[in-house]
Amino acid sequence: MKTPEKDPHTEVETTGHSWDGIEELNTPLPRWWLWTFYATIIWGLIYIAAYPALPFFGSTSNGFLGWSARSSLEADLQQHKDRHASLNNTLVDAELSNLQTGQELRQYALARGAAVFTANCSQCHGAGAGGTVGYPNLLDNDWLWGGSLESITYIINHGIRNTSDPDAQFSEMPAFGEFLEEDDITSLTQFVTQLAQAKTKELNIDENTLFVENCSGCHGQNATGNESLGAPDLTDAIWLYGADSDSVEKTITDGRFGVMPAWGQRLSEADLRAVSIYVHALGGGE
Amino acid sequence: MSLLAKHRILEKSPTLLLICSLLVVTVGGIVEIAPLFWLENTIEKVEGVRPYSPLELTGRDIYIREGCYVCHSQMIRPMRDEIERYGHYSLAAESMYDHPFQWGSKRTGPDLARVGGRYSDAWHVDHMKHPQSVVPQSIMPKYAFMMHTKIGPERINDLLATHRLVGVPYGDDHIENAEADFLSQANPDADSDGLMARYPGAAVSNFDGQVELTEMDAMIAYLQVLGTMVDFSTFTPDENR
Repeated sequence: MKTPEKDPHTEVETTGHSWDGIEELNTPLPRWWLWTFYATIIWGLIYIAAYPALPFFGSTSNGFLGWSARSSLEADLQQHKDRHASLNNTLVDAELSNLQTGQELRQYALARGAAVFTANCSQCHGAGAGGTVGYPNLLDNDWLWGGSLESITYIINHGIRNTSDPDAQFSEMPAFGEFLEEDDITSLTQFVTQLAQAKTKELNIDENTLFVENCSGCHGQNATGNESLGAPDLTDAIWLYGADSDSVEKTITDGRFGVMPAWGQRLSEADLRAVSIYVHALGGGE
Repeated sequence: MSLLAKHRILEKSPTLLLICSLLVVTVGGIVEIAPLFWLENTIEKVEGVRPYSPLELTGRDIYIREGCYVCHSQMIRPMRDEIERYGHYSLAAESMYDHPFQWGSKRTGPDLARVGGRYSDAWHVDHMKHPQSVVPQSIMPKYAFMMHTKIGPERINDLLATHRLVGVPYGDDHIENAEADFLSQANPDADSDGLMARYPGAAVSNFDGQVELTEMDAMIAYLQVLGTMVDFSTFTPDENR
């Protein structure tokens, strides 16, 4: 092999390649760059040996650090669990009625409950728990299925009208469109919209035979609702599906069937209790 | 002769260069692909994962057609914050009948791997028609047209047969009854015993609340089954995975 030629101007070796008399310089890489490059290769080899990396037919290499995604997760979960273990255990063991007063525990439950609410409840009931059409407002004191801490805990645990929990609260408003004449529905709609405007005293509910025969059974003789059936009070200004005549007519014609999932199947007992206390404390708890 | 000079022989012979490049690529291919043929090792065995019902599979096709995967992943990673928000981390077995899988790498919207049973059917209808009506801060587009796009079981047998071709264990029984199963899942009044025997745990409901069978029905049927198949009370994780 012949000795490399040097470029006369720069004193740098050439590669020997020449195009139209232009020669390519063989400038060496900067030393710092070259050594960094070698270092990364060595680092890569150590990394492969340290962590699970190489696939074999029956398994993979485990790495000398013994790291695995699942055991590191397990440690993380356990650490988090231990940090709140004493408070969570007290929360789970405490009588629900005592929780309304116990100061430190209550503060903890409210903070934890707020986090649980944001992750799981806000999608339907709203980030501020204000609800929207078809999803109840949790800030007022109007409760379809009862507003005591026990009722709220039960509802969150078992849900409403779902098919996954046999203990879910259940009731079904009939679709009156199937067996009432159109005229009757129009007249009922008119009557119920007037109820909504809080004209109860002038209306004489007992004298409206249509209402007495079809609606009083669930909504009560005074139309003030029945919490054991989830039948709403028709004499207040709070209307889950709207109080305008179109909405009321649709409600009477097709019925309504609001479903809430059973959160007892997803949340831990501590989370369940915490979020119940949070919802109860939002403003309207009885 | 230096190494560089030897390399010169390769560079100067196109045929030799081609053969040697192929050899190098083959090694990479074998390392990456061959382990996949030992899938029983890759996919941990769990109870309860079944192929999608005909209506769910139709919904899944719509999910892919609408590009839902562009914003929603379907894989809960084994990290505490993800588990607190979405539920148990995803297992390989849970997407073993997905062709293609919907794991995804980008979340503009939330992960949907365990969305099944989390919301009511009515919520899904409200949300798909007008997402901001239930989640005001949402940037999801509206999919109200699915309420009006009717679907039928005409091609459902072919769809199941195609999935069988790529390895989903649909039996002849599944394919013969595909049309009936397709229709009965969205009709609570229909006889769904056969459907439930073939697809345990399938949700039977008039998903969109309308008489007609629409894309909304199929989509909600699909969403409601996501992540619900495995009973995690019977699952013991292998720590070394």
